[in-house]
Amino acid sequence: MNWSDIGIVLSARKHGEGSAIVSLMTPAHGRHAGLVRGGSGKRARGIYEAGNLVSVEWRARLEDHLGAFTCELLQPQAALYLDDSLRLAGLSSACAVLEMALPEREPHPEIYESLFSFIANLSEDTWLEEYVRWELDLLADLGFGLDLSSCASTGQSDELIYVSPKSGQAVSTNAGEPYKDKLLALPDFLMNGLESAPTIDFNALYLGLNLTGYFMSRHVFIHHKNGEPPARTRLVDRVKQKHTISSR
Amino acid sequence: MTTTEIDRLIQLLSKLPGLGPRSARRAALHLIKNRESLMKPLGLAMEAAAENVQTCSTCGNLDTANPCAICTDVKRDTAKICVVEEVADLWALERTASFNGLYHILGGVLSPLDGVGPDDLTLDSLIARARGDEVTEIILATSATVDGKTTAHYITDRLEDAGVTVSALAHGIPVGGELDYLDDGTLSAAMKERRGI
Repeated sequence: MNWSDIGIVLSARKHGEGSAIVSLMTPAHGRHAGLVRGGSGKRARGIYEAGNLVSVEWRARLEDHLGAFTCELLQPQAALYLDDSLRLAGLSSACAVLEMALPEREPHPEIYESLFSFIANLSEDTWLEEYVRWELDLLADLGFGLDLSSCASTGQSDELIYVSPKSGQAVSTNAGEPYKDKLLALPDFLMNGLESAPTIDFNALYLGLNLTGYFMSRHVFIHHKNGEPPARTRLVDRVKQKHTISSR
Repeated sequence: MTTTEIDRLIQLLSKLPGLGPRSARRAALHLIKNRESLMKPLGLAMEAAAENVQTCSTCGNLDTANPCAICTDVKRDTAKICVVEEVADLWALERTASFNGLYHILGGVLSPLDGVGPDDLTLDSLIARARGDEVTEIILATSATVDGKTTAHYITDRLEDAGVTVSALAHGIPVGGELDYLDDGTLSAAMKERRGI
């Protein structure tokens, strides 16, 4: 058995003395793991950093074997953001979330495309808004999409500022007022697009991460004993910290 | 035919990094052939090291004294602490003789996949040292990997109110490196971090 594809490195775990078990997100084969001989050695370690784009060839005797990867680096995305703590946290979080959320060897070309696009636009100022939207799209792709088109109570499509934690549907200002302590905040940028916010609003971003984090925890992370991946927790902490600093 | 003692020697040697059963067999044979000049001194050296080498309670270095020779060296600059992942990294920096300050060994990097969190590293003692009166700079010499840099950023956050300058090692083109042979990641980072001359 063998196939060739491209893939984004999600994780690399040391195996034995010099090898690594690398998990890739590929367009045609979904999240797929494979053994890379010499993958944790000095020469190859830089290739298998989370977020890097590689061309990959997978070989195995039988289809359900782990198999071995032979990879070549195409785009060293991780190296570009090593000194940018927030972007590095975002990149690590996206990879860790996918590593946890997706079943192995199930093709999800839309999720691959959205991850590729997110990483390609990581240098843009709006990358954090894109991250929140990416998590919303991921939830939708996994079958747990939120309905932000109209109010769950009145049906109106304007003044939507809350999300019901039960139904995942938007709730308008008036309908949500009596229950506002129990509802999740719906940040403005998710409703009105990126153009609505001329400067980075870390409070809105924190609320956005809180919103997607709630549904991620309820539908995705709940199936894992450790819950939310630490990389995502660190991203949320950093955004929260930025919000605290900017609001001083 | 091998005896039980030789089997045991081969088995133990094969547990060393870089040695498999085949190379362990070669090493065992070499030791046996050089019993007086190598095997016995090696055994004594290993016994002495096992008895005397300890972990420095200040920096985490390995030495026969506690605190270690680096921590007690009065000629060293106590205002600077270089943070490294492992003892091997400390040795690498010491070989260059380019740093005359003190060290702090983290004991690894944050790695969720391997189950290594902040509590598994010696972060609390680093922060306590950084708050000391004499310390003015913390140099983060973690690996230029996602995990290494994530750890560095995490430490930077934790040291925010410690009143010290936090710096990190540069990464780019190595001495003697030719652009054509450099990996794309290093080249991209070097281009991004270019500076005026």
